[in-house]
Amino acid sequence: MLNRNADSASWGDTMIGRLLVANRAEIAGRIFATCRRLGIETVAVHSDADAELPYVREADHAVRLPGTSPADSYLRADLLIEAAKRTGADAVHPGYGFLSENADFARAVLDAGLTWVGPAPESIEQMGSKIAAKQIMADAGVPVLDAPAEPAEDDLPLLVKASAGGGGRGMRVVRSLADLEPEVERARAEAESAFGDGTVFVEPYVERGRHVEVQVVGTPDGVLVLGERDCSLQRRHQKVVEESPAPGLPEATREALHAAGRAAAEAIGYRGAGTVEFLYDETADRFYFLEMNTRLQVEHPVTELVRGVDLVELQLAVAEGRSVCVSPRTNGHAIEARLYAEDPGADYQPQSGRLTRFEIPTGGGVRVDAGFATGSEVSTNYDAMLAKVIAWAPTRERAARRLADALSRARIHGVRTNRDQLVAVLRDPAFLGGEVSTAFLAERPVAGPAADAGAPVAAALALAERARAARVVQQAVPAGWRNVVSQPQRTEFETGVVEWWGGRDGYRVGGITVVSATPERVVLEIDDVRTAYDVAVSGLVVEVDSPRGHTSLRRVPRFVDPADAVPGGGLLAPMPGTVVRVAVDRGAHVAAGDPVLVLEAMKMQHTVAAPVAGTVTEINVQPGAQVAAGEVLAVVEEAEEQP
Amino acid sequence: MTTTNREALLEKLADLDAEQAKAVAGGGERSVARHHQRGKLLPRERIELLIDEGSAFLELSPLAGWGSDFTVGASVVTGIGVIEGVECMITANDPSVKGGASNPWTTKKVFRAAQIAEENGLPTVSLVESGGADLPTQKEIFIPGGKLFRDLTRSSADKRPTIALVFGNSTAGGAYVPGMSDYTVMVREKAKVFLGGPPLVKMATGEESDDESLGGAEMHARTSGLADYLAEDELDALRIGRRIVARLNWRKAIPPPAPGSWAEPDADVEDLLDLIPGDLKEPFDPREVIARICDGVSEGNAVAFDEFKPLYGPSLVTGWARLHGRPIGILANAQGVLFSEEAQKAAQFVQLANQSDTPLLFLHNTTGYMVGAEYEQGGIIKHGAMMINAISNSTVPHLTVIMGASYGAGNYGMNGRAYDPRFLFTWPSAKSAVMGPAQLAGVLEIVAQASAESKGETFDAEGFAAIKTMVEQQVEEQSLPHFLSGMLYDDGVIDPRDTRTVLAICLSVIETRPYSGTPGYGVFRP
Repeated sequence: MLNRNADSASWGDTMIGRLLVANRAEIAGRIFATCRRLGIETVAVHSDADAELPYVREADHAVRLPGTSPADSYLRADLLIEAAKRTGADAVHPGYGFLSENADFARAVLDAGLTWVGPAPESIEQMGSKIAAKQIMADAGVPVLDAPAEPAEDDLPLLVKASAGGGGRGMRVVRSLADLEPEVERARAEAESAFGDGTVFVEPYVERGRHVEVQVVGTPDGVLVLGERDCSLQRRHQKVVEESPAPGLPEATREALHAAGRAAAEAIGYRGAGTVEFLYDETADRFYFLEMNTRLQVEHPVTELVRGVDLVELQLAVAEGRSVCVSPRTNGHAIEARLYAEDPGADYQPQSGRLTRFEIPTGGGVRVDAGFATGSEVSTNYDAMLAKVIAWAPTRERAARRLADALSRARIHGVRTNRDQLVAVLRDPAFLGGEVSTAFLAERPVAGPAADAGAPVAAALALAERARAARVVQQAVPAGWRNVVSQPQRTEFETGVVEWWGGRDGYRVGGITVVSATPERVVLEIDDVRTAYDVAVSGLVVEVDSPRGHTSLRRVPRFVDPADAVPGGGLLAPMPGTVVRVAVDRGAHVAAGDPVLVLEAMKMQHTVAAPVAGTVTEINVQPGAQVAAGEVLAVVEEAEEQP
Repeated sequence: MTTTNREALLEKLADLDAEQAKAVAGGGERSVARHHQRGKLLPRERIELLIDEGSAFLELSPLAGWGSDFTVGASVVTGIGVIEGVECMITANDPSVKGGASNPWTTKKVFRAAQIAEENGLPTVSLVESGGADLPTQKEIFIPGGKLFRDLTRSSADKRPTIALVFGNSTAGGAYVPGMSDYTVMVREKAKVFLGGPPLVKMATGEESDDESLGGAEMHARTSGLADYLAEDELDALRIGRRIVARLNWRKAIPPPAPGSWAEPDADVEDLLDLIPGDLKEPFDPREVIARICDGVSEGNAVAFDEFKPLYGPSLVTGWARLHGRPIGILANAQGVLFSEEAQKAAQFVQLANQSDTPLLFLHNTTGYMVGAEYEQGGIIKHGAMMINAISNSTVPHLTVIMGASYGAGNYGMNGRAYDPRFLFTWPSAKSAVMGPAQLAGVLEIVAQASAESKGETFDAEGFAAIKTMVEQQVEEQSLPHFLSGMLYDDGVIDPRDTRTVLAICLSVIETRPYSGTPGYGVFRP
């Protein structure tokens, strides 16, 4: 099945002894794991924000990249090569994102006499420009989507994409021609800031298309095709759930896809791991080349699990100029879920904070590639992905069941995630029936687990037990004991109040039987069903996990010092981020809804608007300032009603 | 039979709940609604926010004023609560009852709270909102009432901090509560603290004035300096009050035993309801009570109850046990009557407890000391006096629970109210009087008959029967727990099943100040 590469002699022959991963978090840890297995020493680089992440500890050597923003750290080719030299690394793996598809960086690595674990810089360049890539593919006979030169009403909807982009950045759907111009502008700005290249292009948008991609590995002996992956489940053009093989694909189509992937790789003499992405129109049973990613994909583990390969090992072997041998068979089904620190219920706003607990059960066919651990700080400086959870099983349904179970049993505290959404998707009959498309998530309301009346009760009682355990006097007296009973005890959360009674017979709560309560675990009986709730407390946040789902509650403090109260009319940062623009000056008169300042967090800009008409009396931040969620950014004093 | 006991006691507990509910209801629905509408909280709502979350509150004298013309509870709530880990005496006026005005029962209740605070060394937090004295009964309040302010400053002198949180009116004499307190907090626009209001000032000096300039919170915080803290609202006052207590640097004399170092009782506390006979003529074994209120067997407590002198004076059970890990000595009536042996045994046991600095618990179910020629000649008075002598001069803390009967000098010998136990609680099954109603009426009849006969008149037995019934009824009523509790003759009527918790709180509170056994007694006549 391999076509011997014509000039295999030029592939070199080297032995990697110490590998620097020019990346962070999950993927760095993932690559280190393979290195350890192969006996390769590891070098991590980290920004100031990432110094405490697990991958830094896992590496044999670590080099600090001063600063926090990607531009100061992971995008600094000079610092990365300097780090490799300082630590005596002889090879560089770029991971994904950051400089992984930057030909200049690849060249700089090679020029420094280091081994580059990736494709030739020329290949990166060829595929880096999506416009050029499409031309190459069209020439190679791979079907492509035609971009209309002068879009008309009939061409809608359209998709604006960054030529240098990836991972959904700089991508925008346009549904009216009037929006085209401004969206192109915004995409350009985003692309410029994210990739340093503002080139964008427009192509038809397939509304309910599927995203199917082919894994290729260019080896000295030719191009290996390691099956395909379906990555249709996306939100905001970012993949959420990926799987291999793609469900419900006609065999002929599958073969044609593989052939197209091979043709694409061969067209540019590709070496190393790469992915050829296609848009698959299920209704028409047609596919179109989208782009080729000249790097390891985030979702590579699903391929690894069904093909029994280690793609990083293959990458390293190819980089060393060695031949590789893999089984041509696909075994079973693998599904990956990306666990993001984001709030699907609030337009996927990125979340930050300390992961007070982060435990995902593994084993039984479940693999976890995590960049974070209990105690890790999650910042909004980088991608919001916390971990990839991948399940393998002989069939797709069983893999989905395993994955949903592992996710629902995970203990994720301190930072809001899309976990519930992932579990809901994996248990969705439509998903299980193979009805996947890029519109899947957008067409469904964000489903959380059904509200559980037991969770706040469990939280309140665990808190009461905690308070009891912390007492310095009367330690063994029952919580809430009264000889004259006048009212229930009240435990207030932002979402509501739990009223309970204490006393010699233990806790009493309306409609619920309290079986037992300790600071960590409360067992309740609701409608004759007994459920155990695990409760963890971190400051004002109470995390409740049970078979009924996870609930995070925030306590309302009993007392607030009036001096600490938020001033009326204060504009609070809706999330942590960077101030990009302050639209008004102090003393300015604003109408309700007027933008006061613009905040950027992750890939999104958020306008903070005046809540009322009035005068801006305070502006506490300047452009470039890092702000925490809830910080008072400015104050608008409401104007007195004019008679 | 057992269900009968339980049913009888459950009925009495339901009565108790109903009477306590009257105290909780305060001035009634309309008055409470009006109070709430003003953005104000009821005394128990204030207390719930003042004390540590989920901590216990031992309310004292909730039935004060029962059977009088005044609302049950006497328009004030008193009790022991834990604030920032500090056990405090809390008093809170109930402004929903006649504006929180003090009546004679109010002062009695507040004095009792002050006495408990003094004996146990507790800080006092006063939640003040009172319209002053109930004028129709001023004669019973005015003169003794001065003690309130004296108690506050003596408390301060004794290094027992006093904190006043003023939520509303605190005028005339009431102004001295914040005035005499170590710390005062006043609620903005609500607190009103002055000696004389605008009308009185106008009458006295002709000066025109208003509430705010005479006694507003803002004025006191900024101008007079009477207020140490200006609170934004009630919640803020409670918050500040908690912060004040947090900064008292409070240390108890005796640290509490390590939690978990003791076991719960070996027997089920629920059985207490079956154990107490509906008819007090029937004795019950107090060991069954002890097994349900004291610590069970555990490491470090190999035997739950070590009985002392079990073969001598068996009508009184004495022995050593633990309660929430704290050693106690127990004296409990077993057969009702106290004979010479029991009295001597008690006197010895009290001395032993004083030798080892061990607190004592008295469990009453006594009909008194034995009468009759044989016993008088055997020295029952002498021996009863020994027991009373030992108990009166004992300086270890005493706790008393009246479980059943508490008649005659038995009430004294078993450390009744007049002997000032640190705390005294009553079960709903209790009765206390100089003697049983039937006996008392019978005695009256015999005395009347003898008197008639000495005057040579014929005794009208039929006519006396009506008097006898009336007396019997009256004594019966006046020997019941609600009545006695209303008279402040106990610190509250409690559910027997809560006894262990109540005593545990009391023992913890007692540890605030050091204590030791007495160095001497009155003269014993052997």
